[in-house]
Amino acid sequence: MESPRRLHLKTLILIFIMVIAAPLGNVLLGKGMKHVGAVQLWPPAQLLHVFTLVFTSATIWLGVGSLLVFFAAYMIVLSWADYSYVQPASSISYAVVALLASTWLGEFVPPLRWAGIAVICIGVFLVGHTHPNTTENG
Amino acid sequence: MAEFIFLMFLIVVFGTVGEIFVSRAMKDHGEVKNFRPRALIAVIVRALHSKWMWLGVAMMAIGFFSLLAVFSFENVSFVVPVTALSYVVGALGGRFFLGERVNLQRWIGILLVGAGVTLVLIGRS
Repeated sequence: MESPRRLHLKTLILIFIMVIAAPLGNVLLGKGMKHVGAVQLWPPAQLLHVFTLVFTSATIWLGVGSLLVFFAAYMIVLSWADYSYVQPASSISYAVVALLASTWLGEFVPPLRWAGIAVICIGVFLVGHTHPNTTENG
Repeated sequence: MAEFIFLMFLIVVFGTVGEIFVSRAMKDHGEVKNFRPRALIAVIVRALHSKWMWLGVAMMAIGFFSLLAVFSFENVSFVVPVTALSYVVGALGGRFFLGERVNLQRWIGILLVGAGVTLVLIGRS
C-alpha cells in the first residue's frame, strides 16, 4: 500500500507531464504545419500532396509523440485519481500553450487573448470541479 | 474565415462526438480494472469489435486532421483556446442527448468558457 504523500506526489508529477506534453504537442504540430504551408481543402489531389508532407515531417511526428505521452499520463493518473481532480488541474494547459507559442514560435498574443485564456482556464476548472457522475441517484 | 469556421466546427463537434462514441464503446466493455500493458491491449482489441469504437475513432481522426489544417494558417495560441468550445458542446450534448443533469456550477463554468472564447475571437490579431 502506498503512502498518501507518495501517491499525491505521483499524481502531481503526472499532472505536470500532462500540462507540458499536450501544449508541447500542439506547438510542435503548429510548427510542423506552418512549414508544410497553408492547406487547401480543394482540389482533393492537393490534399494528397499535403498528406505526404505531413507524414514525412519529423516535427509533426514529435508533436504526435508528445500528445501520446499526454494521453498515456492522463490514462495512468485516472487509474487512481478522480477525474474531478485531474481535469480542473489540467485546465492550466491553455495558458501553457499560449506561453509556449509566444516564446518558442514567436506568436504575438494580444492582451485580450490572454484575458480570454484566463477566463477559459477558470471556466474549464469550474466545469471539471464537480462530481462527474450526475446521472445516478437522480 | 469560412474555412476557419468550417474546420473549427469539425474539430469541436467531430472531436467531442467521437469521444462520446469511444466512451460508449468502453462503457459497453465495462470498467477497466487491470492496467498491465497486456490486459490493456486485450481491452482495446475487444473494444475494436464495437461499431461505436470505429465510428468514434474515425470522427476523432477527422477532428485531428482538421486541427492540423487550421494550424497551417492560424496561430496555435489562437486555435487551441477556441477548441475549449468542446466543453460547451460536450455539456449541451450530455444534457440534451444523454439526459445528464448539469448543475449550476457546471453551467457557470460553461458560460465562462464561452465568454473566454469570445474574448479570444475578438482579440484575434
